[in-house]
Amino acid sequence: MLVRLSHRVSVERARLPIILVAPSMIVVFGVMVYPIMYAVWLSLFQSNPILPGRPFVGLGNYVAMAHDPEFWHALGRTFYFVAVSLIVETIAGLAIAVVLNAEFVGRRLVRAIAIVPWAVPTIVNGLLWSWIYNPDYGALNGLLKALGVIQNNVNWLGSPGLALNMVIIADAWRETPFYVILFLAGLQVIPQELYNAAAVDGATMWQTFARITLPLLQPALLLILILRTLETFRVFSIIYILTRGGPANGTMVLGYLAYQQTFSFLNFGYGSAMSVAITAATIVLTLFYLRALALRVEY
Amino acid sequence: MWCFMRAWRRVRRGILYAAVGMIVVVSLAPVAWLFISSMSPDVELNSSTPHWIPQHPTTIRYRALFSEGASDGLKALGPSMEHVAGDFRAAFRNSLVVVLSSTVASLALGVLAAYGLVRFSFPGRDALWFLSMGTRALPPISLVIPLYLLLRQLDLLDTYYALILTYSAYLLPIVIWIMGNFFRTVPKELEEAAVVDGCTPFGALWRVVIPLAGPGMAAAGIVCMLLAWDEFLFALIFTETLASKTLPVALSEFSTDFGGLDFGLIATGGTLMCLPPILIALLFQRYLVSGLTGGAVKG
Repeated sequence: MLVRLSHRVSVERARLPIILVAPSMIVVFGVMVYPIMYAVWLSLFQSNPILPGRPFVGLGNYVAMAHDPEFWHALGRTFYFVAVSLIVETIAGLAIAVVLNAEFVGRRLVRAIAIVPWAVPTIVNGLLWSWIYNPDYGALNGLLKALGVIQNNVNWLGSPGLALNMVIIADAWRETPFYVILFLAGLQVIPQELYNAAAVDGATMWQTFARITLPLLQPALLLILILRTLETFRVFSIIYILTRGGPANGTMVLGYLAYQQTFSFLNFGYGSAMSVAITAATIVLTLFYLRALALRVEY
Repeated sequence: MWCFMRAWRRVRRGILYAAVGMIVVVSLAPVAWLFISSMSPDVELNSSTPHWIPQHPTTIRYRALFSEGASDGLKALGPSMEHVAGDFRAAFRNSLVVVLSSTVASLALGVLAAYGLVRFSFPGRDALWFLSMGTRALPPISLVIPLYLLLRQLDLLDTYYALILTYSAYLLPIVIWIMGNFFRTVPKELEEAAVVDGCTPFGALWRVVIPLAGPGMAAAGIVCMLLAWDEFLFALIFTETLASKTLPVALSEFSTDFGGLDFGLIATGGTLMCLPPILIALLFQRYLVSGLTGGAVKG
């Protein structure tokens, strides 16, 4: 009896992980892995859902993409968006986290308030900033005029270079709290003794920050840089709401270009090729970060 | 010297509180402006200098969005108002259904998978963990084209199922990540004791582990809800009518479909859409923070 029971237990023990893991993996394979392979397959065809036939073009879509100046411009803008967003958000996030890590009256409340922007949905955020940037009635022009910074209304989303930077600001306002959350979590586990020791040794504030805070924040920094690089590289929603890639393609990033090719121009094959390129770039970036992480850990 | 130190300390406190004040203002001002705009009559919205505080605050748009049929207030806001109000309520309901269903589904599957991946060793385990983490790197724009074609073949476009299935799959790796990190912190001895006491491994999971997993599940569930509430691209492509259209899509159409830009109405819908995530973020801040950090930066 006892022997049979333990036999049953050991059989269940062997089967259990499969029973536990299989449903999730079926979903992940069916809804993510298979579709991405299907996208690669689609990218080999000249496919348009309203035209009959679907000629096989091999790598034709990729060759066309390599010769498409708009693709390279969009790639450049995407890298600009990623780089500037990450720099702005990291600096702002670090500064806010350091302030919120100090002791002051009402700290719990202020920490809660600092998360609020991240809870505003992306679409609402886009609509909100399009209202703030409104050239005629917008709050930004109103504020800057009241402060005497500008005399005449500025059309913030009206010229290509400016529009891209204004989109970055709108996006950074929502996303910075994410950095703050991760940095604060990182700061809180740094032992106070290290700071006390630094103070005893007569370290300046900057030395303390550069030699203690920053190195110990590295795990948090790497995590957020990976996550945000992936997110900003695929930026779409806020572009859709604020500028739709305009003016004069000034905010036409890869994510929006792929969407436009696919769902406005109905070039499903070409759009797929572009989305496969985005995926490939994303994977390369991730591996680059993971390598950097591995090197740091070994060191 | 002593006196100098005290003065310096005072200056530092002054700087600290100024910084805290700035963080509060920058975090809240845009959201406050959204709410103020929703309460301002059109005359004040369309004035060349912004009315920072509405002189004649109005709740007419809120009443219009919530009231059935055509009241006088609705007519005052324009002929399409009835349509807009109905759309908004339907989309709100659709969002609730999709968000709650996909959160429950991804939690149910993800908790079991995370437990299986963390607690048991079997061939291919590390590969499956790596794969499910790797799918987080897949950009939605790459998945949306093949998924659109697959869902069309299955005749699932413009249904709840399309979004619930997609969101569940998209959230799964996040749940597995958070719960995996959580289970690593739960001592294995508890389950082993339960098995020694005559529980089957599945019984140990059900009676001992799941009840202990409450905080982890709360963290994962809150992150899932906020992400699903926010999602736009899949919803934009997979939904078409009020049968499944979610709030972000409905709100983005406020600005394009109904006679130009009615920012008062957008602000009202936007404020209402912000409320659930902001309340959740404030009330369950602890769980949100632990979900977003995934336990990964504590090391």
